[in-house]
Amino acid sequence: MAQGTVWIDRERCKGCGLCPTVCPKDALEMDLISLNAKGYHPAVLINEAACTGCAICAVICPDVCITVAREAKPARV
Amino acid sequence: MDIPMEIVYQRPESLTDTHTHYCPGCGHGIAHRLVAEALDELNMRERTILVAPVGCSVFAYDYFNVDGCVAAHGRAPAMATGMKRLLPDHIVLTYQGDGDLASIGIAEIMHAAARGEKITTIFVNNAIYGMTGGQMAPTTLPGQKTTSSPFGRNTDIAGYPIRMSEILAQLDGSVYVVRRSIHDVQNIRKTKKAILTALKVQEAGLGFSVVEILSNCPTNWGMTAEESLTWVEENMVPYYPLGDFKVRDDAKELV
Repeated sequence: MAQGTVWIDRERCKGCGLCPTVCPKDALEMDLISLNAKGYHPAVLINEAACTGCAICAVICPDVCITVAREAKPARV
Repeated sequence: MDIPMEIVYQRPESLTDTHTHYCPGCGHGIAHRLVAEALDELNMRERTILVAPVGCSVFAYDYFNVDGCVAAHGRAPAMATGMKRLLPDHIVLTYQGDGDLASIGIAEIMHAAARGEKITTIFVNNAIYGMTGGQMAPTTLPGQKTTSSPFGRNTDIAGYPIRMSEILAQLDGSVYVVRRSIHDVQNIRKTKKAILTALKVQEAGLGFSVVEILSNCPTNWGMTAEESLTWVEENMVPYYPLGDFKVRDDAKELV
């Protein structure tokens, strides 16, 4: 199971293509098949198993359309 | 057994849900997010007033979930001065571009810094007038092609770019003057740290703080978003060196 995952707000994405360039696992790609209402090709998570939830994509996203989750660390006793 | 997932990054509360009008890949989006995250982390959202400039970021008051208004072109520091003096317990921010701050508004920013107004300025420098179609700005690099310098900026005619942070650091009223860039993830994180420090300087009432952010303009530079970030790193950073130009002694513990 993947350690993390991202949710991309397709309608907010402007298809600038920055998040795939920084993803260390190459898990993101631009969706060149479909368009959103703005007419852009939004980013999409193509390799769900590889995502570690590092949130680097969210750090570079100019449109703040990425939400990131990762496995909760077990509480320290 | 499935390990539960926890949200590690989501849209900051200090941004509204409005879709921005910025071009794909524009650095304003990143700068907006960093300011919003900093306001959230310092729990300042309910007592922040943002003064938006004239330029691409003129609609910033629509995008930030804080009180805001727009100043006349370049006059954001003058408006912020009045607000901060009337409401000293509020956090007053100006968000200005290079055409706004370094050209028409250079008198206001210089005197606000010289008076040591207790405001914070976020100065986004993308070396061009973005909103009006990419004309030469005071910060345009020598040789850089713009719509009003199609053969490149000729320094014999148009002079040289202004390094605002170095100038503002000379004034005794300024407390925290730094230049950062958003051309990669590491520098974006450093930029956020600088914005946090600048806001803490204002909260402590020490004086004027400014964070200059080197940004991109993919549309008017005629590049893709990725190429424009590389252009910032290869061309702007050598001319506008990153670093801390002034951190007054009493502000050092806030860094």
